[in-house]
Amino acid sequence: MQLISFASDYTRYVLKGGTKFYAWMGSLAVLIVGMMYVFYLQNTDGLIVTGMTSQIHDGLYFANLVFLVGVAAGAVTIVFPAYVYHHEGMHKVTVLGEMLAITAVIMVMMFVFAHMGRPDRLWHMIPIIGIYSFSSMLGWDVMVLTGYLILNFIVGFYYLWVKYTGGKINKAFFMPLVYISIVWALSIHTVTAFLISTMPARPMWFHSMMPIRFITTAFAAGPALIILAFLIVRKNTTMWIEDSAIKLLATIVTWCLGIAIFLTMSEVVVELYARTEHANGLYYLMFGLHGLTSLVPWFWSAVVLMVVSFVLFLIPAIRNNMKLLPIPCVMAFAGIWIEKGMGLIVPGFIPSPIGEVSEYYPTFVEWLMTLGIWAFGFFILTILLKGAIGILQGEIKFGGQAVAAK
Amino acid sequence: MAVNDKSPAVQGKAEVPENSAPPASADPSKAVLKTSRRDFLRGGGMLSLSSLMGTAALMSHSSDARAAIEWAEHFQKNYRLMTPEEKNEARIRLEKRYSAEYGKTVTVDTTEAQPGVLMGYALNVRKCIGCRRCVKACVAENNQTRGTRPGERIEWIQVLRMERGEFSKEKMDHGYPEGLGIQVGGNAYTPAGQVLEGQYHYEPEAVPEKDATYMPIACMQCEKPPCVKVCPVRTTYREADGPVVIDYNWCIGCRMCMGACPYWARRINVANPVLPKEEMNPVTHYLGNRPRMRGVVEKCHWCLQRTRQGRYPACVEVCPVGARKFGNLLDPESEVSLILARKNVFRLKAELNTFPKFFYFYD
Repeated sequence: MQLISFASDYTRYVLKGGTKFYAWMGSLAVLIVGMMYVFYLQNTDGLIVTGMTSQIHDGLYFANLVFLVGVAAGAVTIVFPAYVYHHEGMHKVTVLGEMLAITAVIMVMMFVFAHMGRPDRLWHMIPIIGIYSFSSMLGWDVMVLTGYLILNFIVGFYYLWVKYTGGKINKAFFMPLVYISIVWALSIHTVTAFLISTMPARPMWFHSMMPIRFITTAFAAGPALIILAFLIVRKNTTMWIEDSAIKLLATIVTWCLGIAIFLTMSEVVVELYARTEHANGLYYLMFGLHGLTSLVPWFWSAVVLMVVSFVLFLIPAIRNNMKLLPIPCVMAFAGIWIEKGMGLIVPGFIPSPIGEVSEYYPTFVEWLMTLGIWAFGFFILTILLKGAIGILQGEIKFGGQAVAAK
Repeated sequence: MAVNDKSPAVQGKAEVPENSAPPASADPSKAVLKTSRRDFLRGGGMLSLSSLMGTAALMSHSSDARAAIEWAEHFQKNYRLMTPEEKNEARIRLEKRYSAEYGKTVTVDTTEAQPGVLMGYALNVRKCIGCRRCVKACVAENNQTRGTRPGERIEWIQVLRMERGEFSKEKMDHGYPEGLGIQVGGNAYTPAGQVLEGQYHYEPEAVPEKDATYMPIACMQCEKPPCVKVCPVRTTYREADGPVVIDYNWCIGCRMCMGACPYWARRINVANPVLPKEEMNPVTHYLGNRPRMRGVVEKCHWCLQRTRQGRYPACVEVCPVGARKFGNLLDPESEVSLILARKNVFRLKAELNTFPKFFYFYD
């Protein structure tokens, strides 16, 4: 009974909004429709409508997949300080981080569908009706991602449910799940790093630095996005997120970004000092190879974005100014999206294992699909955040009249 | 090399009593299948039912019946887990569909690996003249897509053209100091030998060219294949007689195997394969050259449709200089075994511990 009223109150609350809300959701919906169309194209004409080939067979989709696993894992930068360090400001907004994690994992799964040659056969991966392979990193990745989605769903919505009914949190049930989800967040990104770093056939990825690089970039890009989301929430809803929470996140972004830059520099030195054939991928990324240079501007713009945003984060006047803080956040987010996305995935295939140098250009289909999935992500993130904030603010309550949101 | 480096299938073979049942696949968990009389009868019943349905589909040519076949195909099991009856059903289904599609009688062979056979391949790099007849013969034999758009052309064999090294006096002065004053000689970047920076898009007037050597490359049928390890649905696996095969109906097109292969042996069907009716080779094997579909990965399988019937792969048969040799590694008198015993052989990228059964040698 309570559950039904929770569902109906929640749904009614999140679907109601002002003109701004409908305009935002409507424009996202347009992009989502576009995404559905190109998904249909991909599954009738085939992947030929994308820029992927037998030489470079992972592209924009895989890049976004890897990046978004990082964003999902980044939610732990809220959960960890809240529950382990008992940070007051963070504790109030933990559930928002969990909503972000749910969104990011769903987006990852959509990119998996976009990436596959035969998404209609993905049930082959499900145990019992299909075959689950423990030797495959992709199998592990799907498993930990599904687990992370379920964990965050339970933890997040159990908390909201308790707030809604006005009951008390059952700590014996709740806390173990929280601690598991913290460790689990690390596992999803570690396994995603193993996905590409366990292939000696691709020397550019074949190094043990990959997991830590993934985690530092994730803990920079994830909280950067969370800061932006928090500032938007503060401006547009009745919910006030404390400065202390945002400042702690900014500190986390700063130092994870710093370590990420350091790791990238180390890789450059190690690879280019000896300059073996195995460095060709990185060399292609930085300077081009055999006259092909399409990723060079991407790489250098990522470097500039990351280094400049790091310096900006270091300046207290910027870091502590809530008006200026979005600038380095956007820069860091964009820089990592490039460096860890296309900048990491595509050069892994250049040159190919038999020395062939070719290039990859994402097609319009791929851009529209990517844009559409991001739009879908923002669509559900908006709904999830709106619902969560409504409950946290007491605007949705059991037995209470649902108040229309601003 | 230690004994335990050998694959479990090869070791296990000795323990299989007689050859009462088809030899198991390389997966040790999948032991020899036993068929009871009841299973057999039940299988027979299902078989006749499915063949009836198939015949009806073929006769009526209706799209409904074809859809029914495709529907059944969509929900079939992984080939390795099928019972012999289910394999037979799948075979009949495919034969009906292909025959209708290509307008001729298409056979889909399901012959299993024969006991006492481990296929091996040896290629004489000294003899290869770079004519690429093997490439063409392979495409004709194995029903690869041959459209005009870039992704619609698939070739499993690549003949790499390597330039002969050219060290010259003139270049002596062209050296330059690299960082920290370390001298790099003017002849430093002269290619020589097998460097795997070969070019396979070459169009000479005549082969062999004076200034080039050639190195054909295709799937190495590794004993420890990295592609098999990364497959999330185990659709690609090593057969007991050696080749690494793919169940095209089970492949999800994730392309992990393509990333893991150090020899770039695998191709993805990015489009609906273009295979003209008249060019289609109707003699096919389920795990081999049967027509593939959009979105799945394919690769060389040493012409299973031929080699399981005691014939040579198409590339071996067509090679005009006899550079390609194929045979049973377990038979000490086979050509491949003799080459391994007497010639200098090497494996490509041996440092990766993939243990190819494709050997290069020279006289």
